Amino acid sequence: MKPSAFDYVRPSSVDEAIAHLEQFGDRAKVIAGGQTLMATLNMRLSAPELLVDIGRIPGLSGIEVRGSLVSIGALTTHREIERSALLARHVPLLTQAAPHIAHAAIRNSGTIGGSIAFADPAAEWPACCLALDAVIVIRGAGGERRVPARNYFHNLYETDLSATEIITAIECPITPPARRSVFLELARRQGDYAIVGLALLARIDADKLHEVALAFVGAGPTPMLATTAMTALEGRTPDAETLHAAREALTRDLDPGPDLYTSAATKRHLAGVLLGRAIAQLMSGGDQTHGTA
Amino acid sequence: MSARDELPVQGAEQTLTRGHVGSPDPRPNARRLLQGRGVYIDDLRLPRLAHVVFLRSPHAHARIVRVDSSRARQAPGVIAIFDGATIAQVCKPWVGVLAHLKGIRSPTQYPLAMERACWQGEPVIAVVAQTRAQGEDARDLVEIEWETLPALVDMDDALAGNPVLHPELGDNICFQREVDTGGIDQVFAQADIVVEETFHFGRHTGVCPEGRAILADYNAAEHSLTVHHATQAPHMMHDIISRHLDIPEANVRVICHDVGGAYGIKVHVYPDEMCTAAIAMLLRRPVKFQADRMESFVSDIHAREHKATVRLAATKDGRILGFDLHDLTAIGPYSVYPRTSGIEGNQVVNLTGGPYRHSHYRARMQAVFTNKNVTCQYRAVGHPIAVAITEGIVDLAAQRLNIDPAEFRRRNLIPDDAYPYAFPSGIRFEKLSHHQCLERLLALMNYEGLRADQAQARERGCYRGIGLAAMIEVTNPSAAFYGVGGARISSQDGATLRLEPTGALTVLCSVTEQGQGTETVFAQIAADTVGISMDKVRVITGDTATTPYGGGTWGSRGAGIGGEAVLQSGRALRANILEAAAAILACDRATLEVANDAIVDRLSLRPLLTLAELGRICYYRPDTLPPGFQSELMVTRHYVPRDYAFAFTNGIQASWVEVDTETGFVKLLGHWCVEDCGTVINPLLVDEQIRGGVVQGIGAALFEECCYDDAGQMLNAHLGDYLVPMAGEMPDIVCAHVQTPTHTSELGAKGAGEAGTAGAPAAVMNAINDALVPLEARVTAQPFTPERILAALGRV
Amino acid sequence: MALPETEITLRVNGETVRKRVEPRQHLIDFLREGLDLTGSHVGCEHGVCGACTVRVDGRIVRGCLMLAVQADGRSVETIEGVSDSGELADLQHAFHQRNALQCGFCTPGMLLCAGELLATTPAATREQIREHISGNYCRCTGYQAIVDAIETTLASRRANPAGAGT
Repeated sequence: MKPSAFDYVRPSSVDEAIAHLEQFGDRAKVIAGGQTLMATLNMRLSAPELLVDIGRIPGLSGIEVRGSLVSIGALTTHREIERSALLARHVPLLTQAAPHIAHAAIRNSGTIGGSIAFADPAAEWPACCLALDAVIVIRGAGGERRVPARNYFHNLYETDLSATEIITAIECPITPPARRSVFLELARRQGDYAIVGLALLARIDADKLHEVALAFVGAGPTPMLATTAMTALEGRTPDAETLHAAREALTRDLDPGPDLYTSAATKRHLAGVLLGRAIAQLMSGGDQTHGTA
Repeated sequence: MSARDELPVQGAEQTLTRGHVGSPDPRPNARRLLQGRGVYIDDLRLPRLAHVVFLRSPHAHARIVRVDSSRARQAPGVIAIFDGATIAQVCKPWVGVLAHLKGIRSPTQYPLAMERACWQGEPVIAVVAQTRAQGEDARDLVEIEWETLPALVDMDDALAGNPVLHPELGDNICFQREVDTGGIDQVFAQADIVVEETFHFGRHTGVCPEGRAILADYNAAEHSLTVHHATQAPHMMHDIISRHLDIPEANVRVICHDVGGAYGIKVHVYPDEMCTAAIAMLLRRPVKFQADRMESFVSDIHAREHKATVRLAATKDGRILGFDLHDLTAIGPYSVYPRTSGIEGNQVVNLTGGPYRHSHYRARMQAVFTNKNVTCQYRAVGHPIAVAITEGIVDLAAQRLNIDPAEFRRRNLIPDDAYPYAFPSGIRFEKLSHHQCLERLLALMNYEGLRADQAQARERGCYRGIGLAAMIEVTNPSAAFYGVGGARISSQDGATLRLEPTGALTVLCSVTEQGQGTETVFAQIAADTVGISMDKVRVITGDTATTPYGGGTWGSRGAGIGGEAVLQSGRALRANILEAAAAILACDRATLEVANDAIVDRLSLRPLLTLAELGRICYYRPDTLPPGFQSELMVTRHYVPRDYAFAFTNGIQASWVEVDTETGFVKLLGHWCVEDCGTVINPLLVDEQIRGGVVQGIGAALFEECCYDDAGQMLNAHLGDYLVPMAGEMPDIVCAHVQTPTHTSELGAKGAGEAGTAGAPAAVMNAINDALVPLEARVTAQPFTPERILAALGRV
Repeated sequence: MALPETEITLRVNGETVRKRVEPRQHLIDFLREGLDLTGSHVGCEHGVCGACTVRVDGRIVRGCLMLAVQADGRSVETIEGVSDSGELADLQHAFHQRNALQCGFCTPGMLLCAGELLATTPAATREQIREHISGNYCRCTGYQAIVDAIETTLASRRANPAGAGT
């Protein structure tokens, strides 16, 4: 199928883009890498009057360290993140997660800002941002605001971002060397949206887990921060008893819906399996490898 | 001179080794595809081309109360909008039945739904516009008032007649067949063991990389229609278009260009394609329909939705006594024209138990109407079902008797020296090689080594399994398949060979090419048979105006039937070339031979006359030839198998998997296939047929299923959700061949297109179940998703 | 309904092209319908099958997931261009020898996809090859021959770096 007709503008600044959005409201759509939007346009699931292409606005792309943060421009592609030496050193979770995103050609075009704006709970970056306690930098007519990822995802495809705002950057705290990370997911085929996935960070001190952060992919209407399980693990040695408690806690933390091939109960089961595997991998060295379950 | 003396390629018991036949020649016609210079239907550029898009029923079952196209007609670029009644005035409807499938019934089907739509995806309104996008814009403006009707989705409901979909038929049974060799209840009652299992098979579809496509170009001055069609059977379509659109046969031409995958999907009559041809007539201009991916999922034929319960009786020393089968399959609201939707179930009945010696067989098969998309013949028709049923129950019997699965097969496969062999059910085999294939497979895969690895892996809680699947496959179909039932589908094929003035050779064949390499195979056979080098051979297929009449490409018939026609034609041409050479050289024809593009002395092989020189003289200077001599440098021969209804082939596959018992994920560690398709004309191409087929079969086992909800809506009509096998999960596949040439042709080739798809699902299923034996879990419902495996393990 | 058109200028296989396009037209339709470059194929139009893979500014993209207007000012290469330049001739030869194609519909996209791996990961393993092409659907071959052909080309380029392409 071909998209319905729409008008197209390619603003050269964020302010210009926002002016278009202010004028058209929800009759406009922002396109960046377009890797999700284009498919929905082609299927006529979305039929905007105006497409606002922010893809060439200067200053929205690139990865840089700012003090204790790494700032990732919204237009930075999955591929640039995957290949960034800076991120591999400072936020290795993102390096670990990137290869799970779709396929090479899509990683070349798709952007982190687009992923966060669309907020698919089955996508990798939203869960990573939760686990990392990242901040979403948003610009609107009223200026810039910084929204912690943990306040950003409201419901299925509903976020703190309004129809007249644009994400300009994602700010991730630098992960200290002592804090390890693991990203795992279970996808039927390489590059598919995962049935379930998780992002885990923790510091290990004398076999005990500290500063545990655990976020799940595909386990609810939004990416899900598993706060109860995090508490169950915090400050403990991940022995069988602790792991059992953490898995039990997931029943409160997660709210998966069924997909075509997998029931909610199976997703819960798989989330528990992944948790065990992630912790085992974390204890044995974690971020040395790109995790596959 | 005897035929043997004249035939350079093969003696009856010899393996073909000489020249090109038997060698892995790359495909000359692949070069254009490698540079993006192929021509698929959507690549054609015709003046005044109009695009048709179809408004398809959004409901599984609904009455069309009112259609309002007035707004749509005003949309930019719209040329015309047609409904069912208008198209029915120029295109006769059809009924998908065959006389030899006793009792098969189907309602009349029209190109566009008339008063009622019977599946989600049935074409209802045709919108013709200057561009595809404009057509889609206008389609969105067509308003239809629907009265939804109860959707018949479940096949047990269908069998129970709850409700009856076509009231005029009285019940929902399209076709049923029973086979009973007699005495089976007694045999089962007295057997040492009886095992029983019910297997479920998900609906599949072919997912051709190129969607279905047709471009029909009507010339009103001539009342002629040229149809560019992505089809496997141009002559069949030629006949059907002629008869249903009432255009004289001589005024129709069907041209088949490059085809982007077919696998049986593109051999049927589709209502939207017939409608496109009708529209070309009505609008007196070229009209194109190119199916997009989403409509393909709800309008390409589906296949393989079966529920089969099978019982096997055996002695305690592991000898199979008989099989007892009940198969139920749902075929959608119509039996597909002209091949019908009864063949798949019929094949399941024919093939179940096929590799094994047994004395008793009872089968009952019922094909029922439902409000899902229609089903019909798709690659390896019925085989994946029959092989999975057979191999699944055979493995269960072996397990129950505590006999190794390989050994159990060794005891029961039909002995290699038992041919010709006939089952009590009537199936006849010319010559098969089950035991040779089995032993070759076990050696190739290092069966004992893998069993040892499996045992060690289990010690550390890692569950690996080996699955074997023996199979028989129907290939080289004779008229017994369709012709005897009244279908106007040719089972014979023809080849014309013409020596050109430059000494080049042109081959025209009625078998088509969809990438399997048929044109290459024909070039190899022609080159060897005539005595010409392969780079001088040009092959033309897929044009009903130029090629001999024939069936096309389906049922693994291209190499075995088309190839034999080429061989016979090549022999005749070679004889004619020698006649001409003897006339030119004024010598005894018996002293001459054709070799290396020249006439040579038969004994010394000394070149006497190049074929180019011979061509020059025969075409341009026939005045120099002896009085009364007329050269015939173009000949045509045809071939159809007569001795057997089908050339049965055989083979065996093995799958080696690891099941993650916590996640239910299956990792494919290895796959092997030993196959006997008779003479292997080109091992490079045969191996790729096997491997491609295996991966299609793995798709069935692990990924593919058309999922429907209770309202008859297909839930995954989208390539993101209908999971096809991709490179990341597929194993390397080791292929080997045993060659038992069929004696029904001189070439000796049988078909190779079905084997991979036929056996792979059973092999993977048996491997998974073998892995799960220690956990006392079994899976029998394809595809084997993580969910189903975890459920079998009791983990969810 | 108004159908606005926008003028775009881009380089396609080295030639500068100026055309008016509807904003809604995706790149692959533009190449095929606007420029008659029919070597790149429309497979699914939802970014899954990879038959429409082309290069934009040197990187492979899904032609169905990019609008023609987004390619304004950019450089696009298609199978026709890379075939004529000879850049992938060794890979095409390996595909031919290994019969790494049947119907050929996926082949242009598969070649461009593999070309990026050849350029970026000279030491790619078989597993990495499979992973890299895992977004390109082939129904005919079973993938193994494709993996073999890419592996062969990688090895020959490693052995003879100067001989890459032609």
